[in-house]
Amino acid sequence: MEKILSVKDLAVSFKTPSDKVQAVRGIDFTLSRGETLAIVGESGSGKSVTSKAILGILSGNAVVEKGEILYGGKDILKLSEKEMCRLRGDRIAMIFQDPMSSLNPIVKVGKQITEAMVLKGKLSKSAAKERAIKLMEEVGIPDARTRYERYPFEFSGGMRQRIVIAIALAAEPEILICDEPTTALDVTIQAQILELLEKLKREHRLSMIFITHDLGVVANIADRIAVMYAGKIVELGTAEDIFYRAAHPYTWALLSSVPDLETTETLEAIPGVPPDMTSPPIGDAFAERNKYALEIDFEVMPPMFRISQTHSAATWLLHPDAPKVREPRIIRERRQRMEKMRGDEHGEG
Amino acid sequence: MERDDILLRVSHLCKYFKVGKDEFRALDDVSFDVKRGEVFGLVGESGCGKTTMGRTIIKLYDATSGEVWLDGVRISAGARGYREAIKAARKNYREELARAGNDTERRRLKYELERTITENRNAIRSAHRDNRQKSDISSRIQMIFQDPTASLDPRMTVREIIAEGLKIKGERDRKTIDEKVYKTLETVGLLEGHAGRYPHEFSGGQRQRIGIARAIIMEPQMIIADEPVSALDVSVQAQVINLLDGLRKSLGLTVLFIAHDLSVVKYFSDRIGVMYLGKLVELAESDELFSNPLHPYTRSLLSAIPLPDPIYEKNRKRIIYEPEKVHDYSKEKPSFREISDGHYVMCSDTEYEAYRRTVT
Repeated sequence: MEKILSVKDLAVSFKTPSDKVQAVRGIDFTLSRGETLAIVGESGSGKSVTSKAILGILSGNAVVEKGEILYGGKDILKLSEKEMCRLRGDRIAMIFQDPMSSLNPIVKVGKQITEAMVLKGKLSKSAAKERAIKLMEEVGIPDARTRYERYPFEFSGGMRQRIVIAIALAAEPEILICDEPTTALDVTIQAQILELLEKLKREHRLSMIFITHDLGVVANIADRIAVMYAGKIVELGTAEDIFYRAAHPYTWALLSSVPDLETTETLEAIPGVPPDMTSPPIGDAFAERNKYALEIDFEVMPPMFRISQTHSAATWLLHPDAPKVREPRIIRERRQRMEKMRGDEHGEG
Repeated sequence: MERDDILLRVSHLCKYFKVGKDEFRALDDVSFDVKRGEVFGLVGESGCGKTTMGRTIIKLYDATSGEVWLDGVRISAGARGYREAIKAARKNYREELARAGNDTERRRLKYELERTITENRNAIRSAHRDNRQKSDISSRIQMIFQDPTASLDPRMTVREIIAEGLKIKGERDRKTIDEKVYKTLETVGLLEGHAGRYPHEFSGGQRQRIGIARAIIMEPQMIIADEPVSALDVSVQAQVINLLDGLRKSLGLTVLFIAHDLSVVKYFSDRIGVMYLGKLVELAESDELFSNPLHPYTRSLLSAIPLPDPIYEKNRKRIIYEPEKVHDYSKEKPSFREISDGHYVMCSDTEYEAYRRTVT
């Protein structure tokens, strides 16, 4: 598959008056055309910083320590602000978490959708309006022509998020970055938005980077998944690799900390708190909270071990000399349960 | 079921908000009981009235009509129903008076009208009296809020936040207060040393623990938890859910758990009520509700739950709820009825028959 974006050894830090916070500490991944890559992790794991680095919208105190982001043969970290401006919102667009705060409350939604088209000088005002209405219809806003003249507060949360998606699609981008686009929404609305994104992705051949901490959402939308912890990618693989063959203890911990509909026993909470990123641990950052941690985890950072063509994980447990550890019982049992449930459903259908 | 088993009874509760000239029915004739020691989950999409429910029970809002009973005592009652009864009686009186034949009849009507008015006026008075007793209720029902950052005063130390309720209750002895605060901190998994710090020094999960400590120090009979984990990270969510689960077992708490994350509600609740547009549409034990959902809205809600399994997710069939297509309420008005043991659904006569057939 054609690689459209590749991030190589990217590291980003934030300067504070006294310290330096190492938010992203050397990550590598690629994005192919038409695929959805989900980045999963807790708050502070560096997932949003990664996406902001790609768009070049890091805050003023951020420093890109090393690495490159290749898009169309160019390192976009080296582009000037003017060149970046041409890329941003045109080739790469973003959808944010809270649709209310990413829309301007005192500007009609129609104008917000056409703004970029007119600004870039691609279309005349009236042509832009027609296109905006078409976009609004495409993202599932009924009665688009009247709604064009409405203000954001006149829309519900789900409809607002649809407007945000329409704005992002206005320039026909190649890459769409979604930062927790459904976290602020209800389950039913969330399901609708996910279906919409899936449809748009197919029709526009979009590549998506999808940032979230909800594993159910990830299972729904992701082709590939990168699990981040403390500024590093600890596991990378296809959705099936991560959900059915997870190898990193942090991924195990994430998977077992969410209840599913059959869970009755006490949840496996991850003990402790994420490390202080002003002075990250020298070894595996998750070792402190990891019940499977080996001695070497506290001393040497594990490299990415390759498990299969598509799947790799950074844990010393994969080293040939490491003791054999099986994934936790909760995950195994859930997988069997889900297999049975799927089997039942196929039986019925 | 014994009456004594019921800790909280909500009966025909309505809460209307004024929106310009109109009224918005945030709660529309909702009735349910919460048993002692149980976790009652309330689910529904945003705007369905689940938060209004919690806030009306704890009397942050005054009920429009209907009643709330805690432990056999009425703690809140709306007066509108009685006012309307008086109005209706007056109208009725005028109509009947015109038809009345003789003086005896007229006297009887007049007497009846006056009796209805007095009865309802007394009811209004008694409702007002019950509504005034706020201080007592607030220590017996405590609330845990969604956003632990917004619900803690940033200028108070943790000790002050947790002890505030005790002080309001009249506890003056510094030593007793400190002891209780330390004990509560320990119960929720924090340390004595944390008492002197300010909320901003804590992580989200720890702040929610402070919110829980503030609630349980009053030794309440009941806790209303309004989306207590939805603002937290996945890994921290599990910690807080486990804490709440442990507390309800060790302290024998009754919990009204309001949330939109159905997996969490299912995990935590004994019984679940599903709300849609201010009405309770289905109520059942949580296993029963999930294995045998009857109301089409519940079905659509359940079909939208994301599960951590890619193959299942990619083949998911979502059911869409379109009230105007599935219900025909033009002839028969729906009411809240028991279909099978403890399983209630909002339905009309025809639907009732259909649901009965699926159950048996």
